[in-house]
Amino acid sequence: MSAVPDWPLTSEVFALTINGTHVPLLLIAIMTFILITSSGTMAMAVNYAYRGDRKKTFILMTITALLGLSFVGMQAFEWTKLIMEEGVRPWSNPLGAAQFGASFFMITGFHGMHVTVGVIYLMVVANRVRYGYYEKRGYDIVEITGLYWHFVDLVWVFIFAFFYLW
Amino acid sequence: MATSSETTLHPISTYLKIWLLLFILSTFSYMVDFYEVQGYLRWTLILLFMFAKAGLIIAIFMHLKWERLALVYTILIPPVAILVLIALMNIEADYVFFSRLAHYVNVG
Repeated sequence: MSAVPDWPLTSEVFALTINGTHVPLLLIAIMTFILITSSGTMAMAVNYAYRGDRKKTFILMTITALLGLSFVGMQAFEWTKLIMEEGVRPWSNPLGAAQFGASFFMITGFHGMHVTVGVIYLMVVANRVRYGYYEKRGYDIVEITGLYWHFVDLVWVFIFAFFYLW
Repeated sequence: MATSSETTLHPISTYLKIWLLLFILSTFSYMVDFYEVQGYLRWTLILLFMFAKAGLIIAIFMHLKWERLALVYTILIPPVAILVLIALMNIEADYVFFSRLAHYVNVG
C-alpha cells in the first residue's frame, strides 16, 4: 500500500520442489491443514473431557500438542530457508519491499510463539487430566485450553488469507 | 464458556463434519493460489473462504453458537469496529503514498 518497491510473490517464496515438481505455497498449505486438524482433535478432547473420559481426552490433547509441535517445526524450516537461502531480514529483503521482511518475521514470529506456548500449556493440562487432577475441580480448564488453541488456529486463518494468499 | 451440560450434548460426529468442511474450504483457498486466480475474483474468493473458516471455528469449535446473544455481540462487535478502523487506515495509506510521491519524487 505505502511501500514503493514491489511486494515479493509469496506463492513463489514459499514454494517447495518435490521429486522435481515445483508446487507453489505447498509448505503453507500443509501447515494450514495441520493446524486445522489439531483444532479438530482439540474440539474432540473438550467433548471427551466433559464426558469424563480421561484417557481419550489425554490422547487427543497429546495428538493436538504433537501437531502443534510439527507446525512449529515447519515454521522453523521456513524461517531457516528465508534467512539462510533468501537472505531476508526484519530490516531488509533482497526479494523486494523491506516491509515484507519486517511483517513476515513479526507476524509469523508472534503466531509461532503462541503456538509454542500453546503446546506447553496443552501438555501440562493433558498430563493433569491423565492423573485425575481435575476430578474434583471440574473439566472447564480443558475447554479454556481449547479456546486458546482454537484462537491460535483462527489467527492462522487470517494470516493464511492476508499474508500468504493475498 | 458454555456449561458442561450444554457441551456434552454434541456428538463427536459434529466435530468431524466441521473438520471435513474446514479441510474442503482450506483446499479451495489453496486452489485460488494454485490456479493463479487474479484480481477482484481472487480477493473475493480468499475473503469468502476465510470468513467461512473463521465462522465455523468460532461458532462450532469455540461453541459461540450456543452462547447467550449478549456474549455473541460482546465478542463480534469490537472486531467489526476494528475492521472499520482498518478500512479507514487503508484509505489513508494511499494518501501517505501520494504525499511521498509528491514530496520525494517530484523534488528530485
